Amino acid sequence: MDAGSCNGCEIEIASIFSPTYDAERFGIRLEASPRHCDGLLVTGPVTRNMAAPLRKTFDAVPQPRVVVAVGDCARDCGVFRGAYGVEGAVSDVVPVDLEIPGCPPDPAAIVRALRGLAGT
Amino acid sequence: MSTGWSITSMSAISLLQVVLVIVGGPLLLGFMRKVRCRMEGRVGPPVHQPLLDLRKMAGRERTRPEHASWVFPLAPVVLVATTLVVAAVAPLLATDPAFGWSADLFAVVFLLLLGSVSLALGALDTGTAFGGMGASRAMTIGALAEPALLVAILALSVPAHSSNLPTIIIRSLAHPAWLATPERVLALVAFVIVIVAESGRLPVDNPSTHLELTMIHEAMMLEYAGPDLALVKLAESMRLVVLFTLLADLFVPWGIATSPGPWHLAVALASTAGKLVVLGAALAVFEVTVAKLRLFRVPELLAGAFVLATLAVLSTLVVP
Ligand code: SF4
Repeated sequence: MDAGSCNGCEIEIASIFSPTYDAERFGIRLEASPRHCDGLLVTGPVTRNMAAPLRKTFDAVPQPRVVVAVGDCARDCGVFRGAYGVEGAVSDVVPVDLEIPGCPPDPAAIVRALRGLAGT
Repeated sequence: MSTGWSITSMSAISLLQVVLVIVGGPLLLGFMRKVRCRMEGRVGPPVHQPLLDLRKMAGRERTRPEHASWVFPLAPVVLVATTLVVAAVAPLLATDPAFGWSADLFAVVFLLLLGSVSLALGALDTGTAFGGMGASRAMTIGALAEPALLVAILALSVPAHSSNLPTIIIRSLAHPAWLATPERVLALVAFVIVIVAESGRLPVDNPSTHLELTMIHEAMMLEYAGPDLALVKLAESMRLVVLFTLLADLFVPWGIATSPGPWHLAVALASTAGKLVVLGAALAVFEVTVAKLRLFRVPELLAGAFVLATLAVLSTLVVP
């Protein structure tokens, strides 16, 4: 879920499903609905307008669920720290289970982190 | 119907068919996904990945949308139950499963339709925009596809003088020449188009799409979670196996067990698995190479299927 990122992290997330990284071979997939998800990938600093949708999406994911903060912005607001529209980091809004550092993170690092979560 | 079938062997066959459909469905989907991924230059998930996914989903929390009534949790159960009934009575592995006399072509088509309608009602019940949209699209396609399916099988039942599926298969085994008549070929094309539409595959629906403008089947299950989602996904794959096996048995019936005995059943099991692999691979390759049809073009495709099926029926009347 994009909580206010610059879209750099999304491009890296999308590229883990490309033939080069092929995260699908480990059973990792993007799903259309939070109801189908096991985990929520949150990117970007949480902006004021996205805080409520983020909480709602988090509540829609069935238990047991995990939240992964992808990118420096999601971890500690990164380059947007202190900006007027920013509510805070992801962990200020919903509980975060795992953080993936980088601006943007390397696709290989995302795949590694997700595999670690899935245990594959 | 052939003699020598005891109640026990008939029930055993039904049980075997149900197991085949439950286990074979997810495996078939996994196999088709593998073929797709390979053609796209990827390794792809293991073939048994859908089974692992189902197990995972079954152990998760069951969420319910705020405004949903009792229809919502009931829909996946009805969907799976109707498919299981078809799997038990239809002649998938042998020409004589228990209650084979009830495997009438109308009964089978309407049982499958009942499942689709219940899922559409469940989707409407969520009260979300996507649910309603998916339900209305699925019903539009269903209303066009089901008559074509009905008429296509009707074309096969005219020469057999029966609308009972086992009887049709037994008679066509006895008259191999029937299998190459014009009405067979026409009905085959119509049948294939309907299967593609019914099971929500390309070019009618894209099972891996997440775009609001293109979702049909996916849109209806957006609100399902956990065990309910597992049921919907399982039913989806089971229906694909049932339709594929019916297609194979009606048009290429060799290999189906016509008399009891473990040997015949083993041959039937092997030949069914082979037919499913061939059909699954063909559909997967086809899906990689075509683009999705615009929604407004889909009725034209299905109307074409209906016309072909009608021509098939007419030609059975003209050609003696
Ligand atoms: S971490 Fe970097 S790439 Fe990702 S959203 Fe923030 S600024 Fe963009």
